[in-house]
Amino acid sequence: MGIFSFTKKIFSKLFKGKKKIKLGFYGPPNAGKTSLANRICEDWLGEDLGKASNIPHETRTVQFKEEVIIKKGSKELNFKLVDTPGIATKIDYEDFLKFGMGKSEAQKRAKEATHGVIEAIKWLDDMDAVVVVLDSSQNPYSQVNITIIGNLAARNVPVLIAANKIDLRKSDLRKVEAAFPEYDVIGISVKDGTNMEEFYESLFKLVKKVK
Amino acid sequence: MKEKFSLSLMPYGEIAELGSAERIKKILNLVLAGKVIVLQGQLKSEEESRLIEDTMALIGHVKGFKGIELAVLENKEEGFGAKFKNGMARVLIGQRNALTVIGPANVVKEIKRNPKKIEVLLK
Repeated sequence: MGIFSFTKKIFSKLFKGKKKIKLGFYGPPNAGKTSLANRICEDWLGEDLGKASNIPHETRTVQFKEEVIIKKGSKELNFKLVDTPGIATKIDYEDFLKFGMGKSEAQKRAKEATHGVIEAIKWLDDMDAVVVVLDSSQNPYSQVNITIIGNLAARNVPVLIAANKIDLRKSDLRKVEAAFPEYDVIGISVKDGTNMEEFYESLFKLVKKVK
Repeated sequence: MKEKFSLSLMPYGEIAELGSAERIKKILNLVLAGKVIVLQGQLKSEEESRLIEDTMALIGHVKGFKGIELAVLENKEEGFGAKFKNGMARVLIGQRNALTVIGPANVVKEIKRNPKKIEVLLK
């Protein structure tokens, strides 16, 4: 072991207790990752993180908030928030044309979106804990959800599933819970703020599992 | 023009001896040829994510390629005995106790997976 790596090891042990947790937001496109990240940033920092919209792949690069502090009574949670682009197995520029974009803009967006998916997957290695954001009105058995969660399980990264959009009539929280029985699932609506208090409590529990 | 539908059944033995990169390359070559693959068994989770990464890297570089549709049907038995048996089988003979369906997105509109069945909807 070289002197540099030895020193690095000693220092990392000394400051282990002070390490800031990297909390990632993962999920398929349009599940509400950025909306949830924005809500957290608005609630605790008074500012947004990024632009959210109903057009898929609005977030095409990883976005950060270096320091978010959440307080609950005497407890305090300090983390780096990492919002990632939605992970998909297919991207067709023609899908963006339906939203009124021109061909070249749609092609540019599709290209950026493919890079965003790759970037999001690469970031899996760096996460200490992850909130997987799903749209509770969609089929939870999508392979993208299973692949993300399987990868996190293989890395021993603690996971909380935020089943968003419970305000929608088609929302089926039980189906999400049945699909992922080994994980904590919290139903929320970022849009109207339902269960956000419970979500913050779940975040404290999630971070406790970080080794 | 409607794409031609072609099904390729792949026994686990065809990928059992391959490394991760070769497995993904073999699968993507078939998908790029327009085939829908029904694989006996399943890829490791890190191979699935690598498959998605490689798929993304190909979009925009291969004419007409828009990505893949992917679904895995696992035979999940409950209980300690079943989990132990499955775990041992996985170690000894690989992850065969599943079915993986992979198809090109320009041929397959959607693969719907419910807990116990897979439906492949073509374009």
